[in-house]
Amino acid sequence: MASIGKIARRTFLVGAAAVAGGVAFGYYKYKQPYENPLKKGLPEGEATFNPYIKIASDNRITVIVPRAEMGQGAYTTLAALVAEELDVALEQIAIEHGPASPAYYNSAALREGAPFPAFDQSMVAETVRDAMGVVGKFLALQMTGGSSSLADGFEKMRLAGATARETLKAAAAQKLGVSAGSLKTEAGRVIDAKSGKSLTYGELALDAARIDPPADVTLKTRAQWKILGKPQPRKDMPAKVTGQPIFGIDVQLPDMLYATVRMNPQPGGAMKSFDASEALKMRGVKKVIAIDSLYGKGFAVIADNTWRAFKAADAVKVVWADGPGHRDDAEAKKILASTIAAGGGFSLRSVGDPEKSFADAPREKLVEAEYYAPFLSHATMEPLNATARLKDGVLDVWAPNQAPSVIKIIGPRLTGLDSDKVNVHTTFLGGGFGRRIEPDFTDYAIRIAMETEGRPVKVTWTREEDISHGPYRPAALGKYRARLGNDGLPVAIHGSIASPSVMAGMVGRIMPSLPTAGPDNLIIDGAYNQPYTIPNDRIDGYKAPLSTPVASWRSVGYSFNSFMHESFMDELAHAGKIDPLEFRRKLMAEHPTALAILDRLQALSGWGKPIDKTRAQGIAFTISFGTWVGEVVQVKDENGAIRVEKVWIVADPGMVLDPLNFRAQMMSGAIYGLSAAIGQQISFKGGAPEQSNFSDYDAMRMNQCPDIVIEILENSGHLGGAGEPATPPVMPALANAIFALNGKRIRSLPLKDEISFIA
Amino acid sequence: MKLQVNGKVHELDIEPDMPLLWALRDELNIKGPKFGCGAGLCGACTVIIDGQATRSCQTAVGDVKSNIRTIDGLAAPDALHRVQQAWLDEQVVQCGYCQAGQIMSAVALLETNPTPSDKDIDDAMSGNLCRCGTYPRIRAAIKRAAGQQTGA
Repeated sequence: MASIGKIARRTFLVGAAAVAGGVAFGYYKYKQPYENPLKKGLPEGEATFNPYIKIASDNRITVIVPRAEMGQGAYTTLAALVAEELDVALEQIAIEHGPASPAYYNSAALREGAPFPAFDQSMVAETVRDAMGVVGKFLALQMTGGSSSLADGFEKMRLAGATARETLKAAAAQKLGVSAGSLKTEAGRVIDAKSGKSLTYGELALDAARIDPPADVTLKTRAQWKILGKPQPRKDMPAKVTGQPIFGIDVQLPDMLYATVRMNPQPGGAMKSFDASEALKMRGVKKVIAIDSLYGKGFAVIADNTWRAFKAADAVKVVWADGPGHRDDAEAKKILASTIAAGGGFSLRSVGDPEKSFADAPREKLVEAEYYAPFLSHATMEPLNATARLKDGVLDVWAPNQAPSVIKIIGPRLTGLDSDKVNVHTTFLGGGFGRRIEPDFTDYAIRIAMETEGRPVKVTWTREEDISHGPYRPAALGKYRARLGNDGLPVAIHGSIASPSVMAGMVGRIMPSLPTAGPDNLIIDGAYNQPYTIPNDRIDGYKAPLSTPVASWRSVGYSFNSFMHESFMDELAHAGKIDPLEFRRKLMAEHPTALAILDRLQALSGWGKPIDKTRAQGIAFTISFGTWVGEVVQVKDENGAIRVEKVWIVADPGMVLDPLNFRAQMMSGAIYGLSAAIGQQISFKGGAPEQSNFSDYDAMRMNQCPDIVIEILENSGHLGGAGEPATPPVMPALANAIFALNGKRIRSLPLKDEISFIA
Repeated sequence: MKLQVNGKVHELDIEPDMPLLWALRDELNIKGPKFGCGAGLCGACTVIIDGQATRSCQTAVGDVKSNIRTIDGLAAPDALHRVQQAWLDEQVVQCGYCQAGQIMSAVALLETNPTPSDKDIDDAMSGNLCRCGTYPRIRAAIKRAAGQQTGA
């Protein structure tokens, strides 16, 4: 580990680091709580206790869940945090997303982004993580990402419930003339056991809201939990099985227009000219306008029906200019390779001296391999869309989005309105995966609404527009080298990873005034911070100058690094003639959390026991977003085509707040990763992406889906995430299983470029 | 033209080549069928016509002569359809965007084949994409609904 001095200096250089400049002066502000945004426009007869709770005299209890519900279940589990401490049943509450407000900052997302391995709980690491939390609040980013919602909400939403409960008790104590300490709460009532009297929260709410909340409240112990830790039916389930219009694409407003966009498919390319004369003659078409945005150049068709807008957009004759980016994949790979060759990488954790170890290594002890992962589209099930209305000096945006703060930043920038004249209405999201943090789809909608004389306009992208435009998961190249010792275990590993910087891209798009120089830990996440003990171990990251916009994609840097690092570990195990599971057991011997996972994986999957020749198993392990995950994939050869037959997942998130939902997330993450590993890529030709719909960018289907067995452990002592951690290890586990099956080592994704899968 | 949706007849003045999906969503404000791909590849827009699971994005509205069943009309006023109930019982849904189409495909399957095998489920459901990866629970829910139907 580097010295403390080095680490302290480095913290001002991390990817988010730009951001980390705020540490020095942010602390004072951090201590001032943000105002409760629910006070504004609160109806008569309703009281609010803090940014998370409203209680009305008629006993309606509303919990604000300020994180996007995009399938991951945060809506239910976050509400459960409040309900548990407030002493109300989940059935008694309504859930709202609430307004965009600094009060709902996400400190955990940045906190987990601090450049330390999650298993490093040293004082220095903790201090820096805390500082990053301050930064998060200072910037007041309300966003859903980094598998951080529960880690972020765990303290503050339980505290919100507990302080409201205590003020309700205080109000009841005054009314009943007893001490608050003698009262208890249950199912939305304050009860005086002695007199048998009780008051509902509704009866107390207005008085209670006038009482100063207690400075310190005691949170329940885990043993006292009635809701948390137990499987809860999802609160959004009934609406979703009955087809309710809850998604952004379902927004319906009086007098609403419909629009679509067509942007230059070459990233960064201009629009030379367009001719809309034919389109304007078509039924229902109102207007065709040019769009000249930071995020793309192109045009929008405004019509009275989405399909008419699509059809008219096809009839617009447009001439695109070339973009500045790479022409094809060969050029992209060349740029990635030359970035590494040029040197000047960054390292965030360096153990020993791998180069020195390589210098005198016998040739037969050296192992080298090079891996590639392509650009990927998120392909959320709900195509990108947003609805905007600019009327009477107020901008309203209805959008399925992961970052209301971002809309509060770009809305004023585009319209010149004050931020408090911009209202963000976050709908349910038909998938997010990182794509809906991005500002482009709301930026375009706001620009279009500026042309519709106060009428609301819903802007829907075609699937082709979605898949053929980034920001994408970046392509990445990894070059690995290792020296094996006489016992077959590695004595030295060195990796060089080149990829365009997601952090620089996101900061550049959202807050272009912030500097983005310096290392980006996202480039090496999953390579430098894994719990292997190797005497000489260093990963160098390189920010590759590929100009294609890149974004967070479910598990971000882990999504490619885990494939590369865990494939290489498998190669080393085979080169050292050690069983791949046993190999990991030896190298992770310092981490009981990891060993317990490997033990359970071995038992569940029957690892190492003979299976018939048409089947084989592969293993991989990744700690990401605070959750430790080991996975075994079993493949079967069906007449020359690979079937992914079974997946075993053992995960340790420290503590499980809802086992039903956590398991669903593990399953979801694995299937998402399998889809990418087997078949997905965005390739480029003539400077533009080649893929455009599920015909050439498909995902796993029902008939291809494996049986998935999930087991949860709770040993790590640190509350980890759920949405992303199952995605990274499934990709190398699959590649490793294919090697075990037929000896074919595939080092480039997608795998189907080199081997057939069942259709 | 006339269009019958969930038993109710609507009068429309639209182009006959408009995809049924957009007639339902943008003209009739029936939002259950979802736009996913516009090319018949993902199944999010699935409705039932003459007992067949049909991709409404690939069906010209002028070609539809029969009643169209969408998820919006699936439940009885006082009770969910048994397939919806099975979906609830198995806690199938995550983001939920594809699920209206999944449920309609499952309903069409069970109406023609009350006790589908795994292979039958694969064949009927593989046109319906889910990016959240809920397939194992969809399969369980179909089997649960089938069990209720046969009294098993």
